[in-house]
Amino acid sequence: MTESSNIQVTVQAITTALKDKPGALLPILHAIQDALGYVPAESVPAIADALHLSRAEVHGVISFYHYFRDTPPGKHTIHLCRAESCQAMGGKDLENHIKTRLGIDFHETTADGQFSLEPVYCLGNCACSPAMQIGNEIYGRVTANSFDTTINETEALA
Amino acid sequence: MSITIFVPCDSSAISIGADRIATAIAKEAEKRSIDIKLIRNGSRGLFWLEPLVEVLTEAGRLAYGPVQVSDVPSLFDANFVQGGVHPLLLGLTEELDYLKKQQRLTFARIGITDPVSLDDYLNNDGYRGLSNALNQSQADIVKTVTDSGLRGRGGAAFPTGIKWNTVLGTPSEQKYIICNADEGDSGTFSDRMVMEGDPFVLIEGMTIAGIAVGANQGYIYLRVEYPHAHIALNTAIEKAYQAGYLGDNIQGSGKSFHLEVRLGAGAYICGEETSLMESLEGKRGLVRFKPPLPAISGLFGKPTVVNNVISLASVPIILDKGGDYYRDFGMGRSRGTLPLQLAGNIKHAGLVELAFGMTLRELIYDFGGGSASGRPIKAVQVGGPLGAYLPESQFDTPLDYEAFAANWTVLGHGGVVVFDDTADMAQMARYNMEFCAIESCGKCTPCRIGSTRGYEVIDNIIAGQELGKNIPLLRDLCNTLLNGSLCALGGMTPYPVLSALNHFPEDFGIDEKANAA
Repeated sequence: MTESSNIQVTVQAITTALKDKPGALLPILHAIQDALGYVPAESVPAIADALHLSRAEVHGVISFYHYFRDTPPGKHTIHLCRAESCQAMGGKDLENHIKTRLGIDFHETTADGQFSLEPVYCLGNCACSPAMQIGNEIYGRVTANSFDTTINETEALA
Repeated sequence: MSITIFVPCDSSAISIGADRIATAIAKEAEKRSIDIKLIRNGSRGLFWLEPLVEVLTEAGRLAYGPVQVSDVPSLFDANFVQGGVHPLLLGLTEELDYLKKQQRLTFARIGITDPVSLDDYLNNDGYRGLSNALNQSQADIVKTVTDSGLRGRGGAAFPTGIKWNTVLGTPSEQKYIICNADEGDSGTFSDRMVMEGDPFVLIEGMTIAGIAVGANQGYIYLRVEYPHAHIALNTAIEKAYQAGYLGDNIQGSGKSFHLEVRLGAGAYICGEETSLMESLEGKRGLVRFKPPLPAISGLFGKPTVVNNVISLASVPIILDKGGDYYRDFGMGRSRGTLPLQLAGNIKHAGLVELAFGMTLRELIYDFGGGSASGRPIKAVQVGGPLGAYLPESQFDTPLDYEAFAANWTVLGHGGVVVFDDTADMAQMARYNMEFCAIESCGKCTPCRIGSTRGYEVIDNIIAGQELGKNIPLLRDLCNTLLNGSLCALGGMTPYPVLSALNHFPEDFGIDEKANAA
């Protein structure tokens, strides 16, 4: 099966299962991103059709929310907190270290496709600042050293 | 008989190793053939002591912390399973000063029970509020909540009972209860702790709200950044359905209430109630004009209660012990307790639930122990990213909605973020404007355009360009945001920006104290 037809099959299955929920669009977009890692542009017509919306309306919702992405992410997505509590505990220095270590800026993916870096505005881990999240794992009191260790371990697992 | 050991499952505790500690303890116990029962409890909220391991002894629960994986063998060597002495032994958990000095009403069970055990919940006063509510008229339930003096803990502090009364009095076939669990305010985590540490209390609070106003469907709008809370809520909801605490005919009463968790998608603005409802309806999270009030025309155009997690989680104890019991805590028009969240550069970061009235100074020094870095505290931001920075001269403000408002500061959702003297307040003000630009929904011009112009002009100020022109320009811009924005995002971003400028003019390159706004 081609990648494109795989996308269509996945999207079709998800929209069919969820389209009758009240306010179904966000649950559908979450399910697609959970399954594929992003919401591909070619999924938009099928979603619009299932929910009786215009493609512009669906695109508008996808682009409104920071969490939804329309390009494939790296193997691991790092969400780094930029908010005040983390800043008060050296978050800015950590941010600089991470960008240098990975060689990318926010919203970018490393050339080897391993890591994407995204900013996040609070993970609710403010009592253990600075904080980040990789996949569903949350890390607190992150230092440049502990970040490097975590990244090396994550790469080793890959 | 097996020995009961507690290791928190709270995501903050996990972020600093609680899962690894739990695994290490289980392995070590097996190796030594010690029969233990490992319970993953919520966090007590003493995060500088996390991961905090507790052992149930005849005298009570003994605390050890902060525990690292490398400490586990020595804990067993010291026979900690029988309460043995070890350098990490802190004493009886309940006797720890930080906990003992608190007044825990909403957080009464958190850290004590297994969050997703319905039996634990029931054995610790759970569902007593609902049981009372089921024997009362709708008007009486609403009256009890009104009498308690409970005000919205999300930040706006609107009286909960009045909101409920409006929904009760608006006839409709369909009504909704929405829990606003989009806890986007930086420096806050009390909602997260409730959802991870005692999800049943939120479910019970929402069920009572549904019965009180005649709504049979509830939604918890949860931010996607809280995956652990998502799992805990869904697990607890499923158990509540199985035990007849959710669904049709709740506990044989003939009343029904259904509940579903919906995930947000990383938009701060969706914590604003009308934007949240747009999002739940599957749209861009654009703020709606008010009126109509959500209580009259809310989700899908139906009467809707929108309450914060802490507000709803405070309802069960109010229905259990009465409105008077709750109202007797607090000061002035701020009744009951507020779970405060100590964060940022603070030695003893954590959750402190107190009756309103203690001063900010007592909170950050007596509880917080001063800065984590040991340097002088320069500023404290209270109330999230839309809250003002308080300088030392305002530290004696009592924690009370009206006292804060009188200072042109906000108590909000109770987040307290401490900065030491290395913080550059001009950079913080720039960040606050940038945050507003990133998170603006774009519907109103002052917020959409003003926030971008805002950080640009602050950049010019930081670069030392034409201060005589740019400082008044920034003030004028803030005035437009304050008075011309549709919601609190644009309308309150000037709070941190102007408080930084007014109290720390030297960080903006100004020699003298700037005129107060």
